[in-house]
Amino acid sequence: MAVKKTEDLSFEEALKRLEETVKALESGTVPLEESLKLFEEGVALVKLCNGKLDEAEQKVRILRKTEDGGIVEEDMD
Amino acid sequence: MTNETLTVTELNAYVKALIESDDILSGISVKGEISNFKAHSSGHLYFTLKDENSLIRAVMFRSSASRVAFVPENGLKVICRGRVSVFPRDGVYQFYADAMEPDGIGSLYLAYEQLKNKLAAEGLFDASKKKTIPKIPSSVGLITSPTGAAVRDMINVTGRRFPFAEVVLYPVLVQGPDAPRGLIEALDYFNSTERADVIIIGRGGGSIEDLWAFNDEGVARAVASSHIPVISAVGHETDFTICDFAADKRAATPSQAAEFAVPDTDELKIRFQNVVNLEARYIVSKISSLREKFSALSSHRSLTDPRTLIDERRILIDVRTERLGFSFDKVLSDKKSTLSSVCAKLETLSPLSVISRGYSAVTDENGCLVKSVDQLRVGETISFRTGGGEADAEITNIRKDG
Repeated sequence: MAVKKTEDLSFEEALKRLEETVKALESGTVPLEESLKLFEEGVALVKLCNGKLDEAEQKVRILRKTEDGGIVEEDMD
Repeated sequence: MTNETLTVTELNAYVKALIESDDILSGISVKGEISNFKAHSSGHLYFTLKDENSLIRAVMFRSSASRVAFVPENGLKVICRGRVSVFPRDGVYQFYADAMEPDGIGSLYLAYEQLKNKLAAEGLFDASKKKTIPKIPSSVGLITSPTGAAVRDMINVTGRRFPFAEVVLYPVLVQGPDAPRGLIEALDYFNSTERADVIIIGRGGGSIEDLWAFNDEGVARAVASSHIPVISAVGHETDFTICDFAADKRAATPSQAAEFAVPDTDELKIRFQNVVNLEARYIVSKISSLREKFSALSSHRSLTDPRTLIDERRILIDVRTERLGFSFDKVLSDKKSTLSSVCAKLETLSPLSVISRGYSAVTDENGCLVKSVDQLRVGETISFRTGGGEADAEITNIRKDG
């Protein structure tokens, strides 16, 4: 599996990575150089998450029943 | 009429007609306690109404029974509306109930209590069954009316706190006889499509009748069995519905439900910063523990005074050399004594030593050692070995033992 670059991660993926970096650092078994890298990554991940939060505009969708009994999504004003 | 002899059927039919012609008996309310209650598989209810002194048999047909919100049961005090008539086959008069109300409390209130107790006994509301509301959902499902204050509050509060989360509204009727079916369909939709990480189900305030869909058994079961966490927000703070008990979390208002469903962006940012601070602390403690290890090692005598280490090694070598010499001497003397004992043993086993005591070894013409006279024939040439060499001889006579 190819490892995505930090800036390409989705908000959820970034959160997951952030959790993993903290867990790895918490374990105390990561060599110093690697932990510095993890820390750097953690900072980048937080920046990414904050950026995504700042950019976010609420999206509201409404579900509508179609004649054949299916359900479609539409934007709600 | 008095002189006529009637059949039983004629008599019962006459009494029935007489009673049914009475205005009072054809539309009357009676109150009493239910006993001998039996709900027949046909949907009809059979029971007895009684007070301290009297009783009357009663029946309620399916069409009427289906409109009773609560579950009639023995011991329940009720007021029944209906008529009195005769059951000609048995010759008994009985009460035909069209409607039933609990005596003293509201019918809906009783139904609510009954369902609540039943589902609680089943464990539907157990704390152990409550699912955790996700901390950071990417999608929030709303099950409510598309019009009105409740949906507006839910959308506004969600958007203000955490615009990142998508809001998906499943519009439903929140009151009326069709409302429960719609609520269940909406729950099923979100659960089968996984379209939401958390669901808010609810409506604004209203009378107990208005909120009644949220006290529906099917709705309660659908909420309890949803694998997506459900937040229930029905009516005002003082309104408790079965749906609230079945949900993973009850919110007092639609706005509060939205607060439970999504985090606040500013708080979230503070939490992220805390994570960074935490990471930084780990690094700092990692460095300081490495530094400690390093300083302990660097102050070690072997580094501060390398000669000590060499001297120590030398002593070790001396000790070992000494031990080696000692071991070698011992091995050598052990081997020597083993050798001489083996030699002595060898001596006693040698055929030469037997021969030196006067015995000879005899071999036949083929060179085989002769061990018995049976091997010999008269005239055969044999060889024998004795001290100093060998000699040949001819067999002249054979004497067997015995």
